[in-house]
Amino acid sequence: MDDLKVIEIKKSVFADNETDANNLRKELKDKGIFLLNLMSSPGSGKTTTLIRTLDLIKEKVRVAVMEADIDSDVDARKIKDATGVESIQLHTGGMCHLDAEMTRQGLDNLDLEETDLVILENVGNLVCPAEFDTGSVRNAMILSVPEGDDKPLKYPLMFSICDVVVINKMDVAPYFDFDLEKCKEYIRMRNPEAKVIPICAKTGEGVEAFAQWLLDEVAAWKVSE
Amino acid sequence: MHELGIVFYIIRDVKKTAEENGVTRVSSVVMNIGEVSTVVPEYLTDCWRWAADKEPLLKGSELKINPIPAVTVCEDCKTEYDTVRFGKTCPSCGSTNTVLLRGNEVEIESITVPENN
Repeated sequence: MDDLKVIEIKKSVFADNETDANNLRKELKDKGIFLLNLMSSPGSGKTTTLIRTLDLIKEKVRVAVMEADIDSDVDARKIKDATGVESIQLHTGGMCHLDAEMTRQGLDNLDLEETDLVILENVGNLVCPAEFDTGSVRNAMILSVPEGDDKPLKYPLMFSICDVVVINKMDVAPYFDFDLEKCKEYIRMRNPEAKVIPICAKTGEGVEAFAQWLLDEVAAWKVSE
Repeated sequence: MHELGIVFYIIRDVKKTAEENGVTRVSSVVMNIGEVSTVVPEYLTDCWRWAADKEPLLKGSELKINPIPAVTVCEDCKTEYDTVRFGKTCPSCGSTNTVLLRGNEVEIESITVPENN
């Protein structure tokens, strides 16, 4: 047992997932399906925002939802009851994120022939979901006002991979010393390309801007090479 | 438990390499962990102990961590600087047009196996 042999690997732990994710994206493109990966902290209002958004888009695009959580199916039920949109629950088995393989298993449970857009509500977490590509076409995140305007500084990776940052609970901004302009500036520092959309999911204010962004992206993806 | 998830990925990759090389016992796994990779080395080794001991291939094996200091380069004045100390802003010219050179690694460097394996 004294002599030891070294086998070099020199490989990123994320490499296999990145390959899986790229393959999944290609397959989805062939099938004409747009996958949106929606991320945020727990309690930012992802499900409420999603319900509002679905009400605005469900007549215009064939949409289905995959809810990822560590446990329970409360979110999938809530979505289905509130909007009538097909919604399935994925359990991550204790894992704090979804990877491309888990996303694929979820997609296998949907009727993809009848779908143009799949929205994946990732596990509430600003760290791990940013590191694991799900195979999505676009990444969106929701930051809610009580979390603070400095979140982009604390979780730089999450903000740097998102195409759109929705800022929710704008109605309570005065109570939390939340500075929207400062927050936008911090987001730009991490990601100059990110679109920022302030909303209030409770009243529905601003949600149509997010819905329109999504519909435009789905339409552009369908005709892209 | 971010690190536990990462440990599962490491175990999967190490098992694959072991299979390809006909290895039945691993003594240690060496990881390159970047300073700004968001992986906490102590948590990673704790999670490793718990998960690796459940695998016959990895029982008792050690996870060795090779820390990689984070370095950022300024695209404008080409200065290379300590990322943890100065973040996105170049300490030399004040530009934020900067790119992380290294320090983001979560990489399996190698595995060590007994010679008579």
